[in-house]
Amino acid sequence: MRPVYLVSGGVSKFAKARPDVTFQPMVKEAYDYALKDLGLEFRKAAELVDGTVASYFSDHFMRQLKAGSMVQDYLGLTPKPSKRIEAGGATGGVAFQSGWEAVASGRYDICVVYGWETMSHVNTWKGNEFIALASDVSFDYPVGGFYSGYYAMMVVRHMQEFGTSVEQMALVSVKNHNNAFHNPYAQKRMKIRIEDVRASEMVAWPLTMLDICVMSDGAAVTILASEDGLNKLEKATGHRPKPAKVAGVGGGIDAMRMADRPHGEVILLPHEKAEDYRGLKYPGVHSFRAGRMASKTAYQMAGITNPLEELDFIELHDAYTSSEIQTYEDMGLCRYGEGGKFVEAGKPFMPNLEYGYRFPEQGKIPVNPSGGLIACGHPVGATGLMQAVFALWQLQGSIGKHFGSNQLQVKNARRGAIHSHAGTGTYVVVSILEKGF
Amino acid sequence: MAEQEKKRIKLPETDEGTVLFNVPFPTDLKDLKGMAPIIIKQPYHIDYIHSYGQDSPFFAGLANGKLLGTRCGPCKYTYGTPRLHCMYCGGECDWVELPKEGAVHTFTVCQYGSEEFLKETPFVLILVEWPGVDTLFLARLMGVDPAKPSLDWVGMKVRAQFKRLSKFKPTDVYFVPA
Ligand SMILES: [Zn+2]
Repeated sequence: MRPVYLVSGGVSKFAKARPDVTFQPMVKEAYDYALKDLGLEFRKAAELVDGTVASYFSDHFMRQLKAGSMVQDYLGLTPKPSKRIEAGGATGGVAFQSGWEAVASGRYDICVVYGWETMSHVNTWKGNEFIALASDVSFDYPVGGFYSGYYAMMVVRHMQEFGTSVEQMALVSVKNHNNAFHNPYAQKRMKIRIEDVRASEMVAWPLTMLDICVMSDGAAVTILASEDGLNKLEKATGHRPKPAKVAGVGGGIDAMRMADRPHGEVILLPHEKAEDYRGLKYPGVHSFRAGRMASKTAYQMAGITNPLEELDFIELHDAYTSSEIQTYEDMGLCRYGEGGKFVEAGKPFMPNLEYGYRFPEQGKIPVNPSGGLIACGHPVGATGLMQAVFALWQLQGSIGKHFGSNQLQVKNARRGAIHSHAGTGTYVVVSILEKGF
Repeated sequence: MAEQEKKRIKLPETDEGTVLFNVPFPTDLKDLKGMAPIIIKQPYHIDYIHSYGQDSPFFAGLANGKLLGTRCGPCKYTYGTPRLHCMYCGGECDWVELPKEGAVHTFTVCQYGSEEFLKETPFVLILVEWPGVDTLFLARLMGVDPAKPSLDWVGMKVRAQFKRLSKFKPTDVYFVPA
């Protein structure tokens, strides 16, 4: 396998609805931004790009099959090869890794991964119905298919098992919304407090509107390259790109039906011991075994043995405040059961921002400095790629340039992780990115 | 009135559009770039011919007042939601009747839902557990107050009840406090 670099990216501003454009120009906004940031001219890009990956989740939302080809021609990348990736909520993350595979294998020197979703074409509750079709349509969907309900059941079990509180969950929402206040790409930019989260409308007990990400229209693009690809780009643009190296990729899958998840033993990370978890039945419905598997394999490849000490930031899939807490544990930032205390201590907050609370250990490892899905929005096929773009900008130290403010720049960021998650943890991928220049 | 409550006051939005046969058009084509988008309604309705296939006996069971799971022949792993083949050894499972009485493993109260179920809100979802059964079962719980959810519901003993007129859906069985 060859080393693979993330050289540039772009994100359209996520919005509740983009009736002003169809999906193709929306992707082009992100693509043009990525090219401009690289200093690469449109026609030169069309010549250099060897192939693409199209990342979009739902044919139902679009009522347009083969939409990938329609983006490919709009970006002027015909007749180059392409393929579509679909992996539920993790579509963007899986597509990113598919681009990595294409470059690592030697098939492509330069690969564009573009993703989008247009979720505004149906009303919110029909949208929830489409998303719920990503659960077993014989046994699960007909009982009252609703993803917020599924995640609520998972966190109720987490509360029961470990004593996690709704206030701890609300702190995740406080953190992510307050971070996004400084991110011009975010759909929801507001300073809120724990009380606001608890006072917002109940959706599925104990999750309120502010515990849950919103649906969006949006697009994101990443450009991946091999070392030969970097040389070609340098030759074409007259300067060396400032890339991030993809140091590790990992993935995992769990049973689609939550009811089928086993009650066995924890999959251990290198810094954990079996004694840490005596008596814990794992993963049950309180934890995401696929998230642990994805983390373990990505860490292994990147040579990470203690993620809390060896990562500088994480952009993770916080579709729910609860799933962010559960993901701290899957990723080994704390032990299983300690996710609530982890956020309460302030560890995943930005060290420099004022949140209106005093934390004993604020800023140990910023998680979702961008504001995550909860505040940025979750246009499914774009989401995982958005994380990759924000991570690249962190590693370049270019957040100030792209966000218009340095507030969300993680100081001296050298290594970060991105984490993409689907369907109550059926599909999870983690990629490790390192400063590559 | 609190700000949060004020924000909730609004006329309900519906998907009914207005039939429109033409729109104004500028004399200068340059003005077209400032035009508001035309948004139309595209209805889409499908009836699927969905076979329960190998899982069909489960639904026949519900119609006859029996809740069925499966047990793996070779390794005896017992599934609270049936599957014909075992996830662990690949062996073929046999049908077994599950106890009518189980316990709440976890739950939620849905105040909102997918469009299809919106009219049924609030409803309570539970995962049911049984001693000696390795996996769980998703169902509705009736007979509790959805306005008063509490962690105390976890562990509650619940009993299966069956619809008299079967719809051949997993909701033909639901649970009530035992
Ligand atoms: Zn077996």
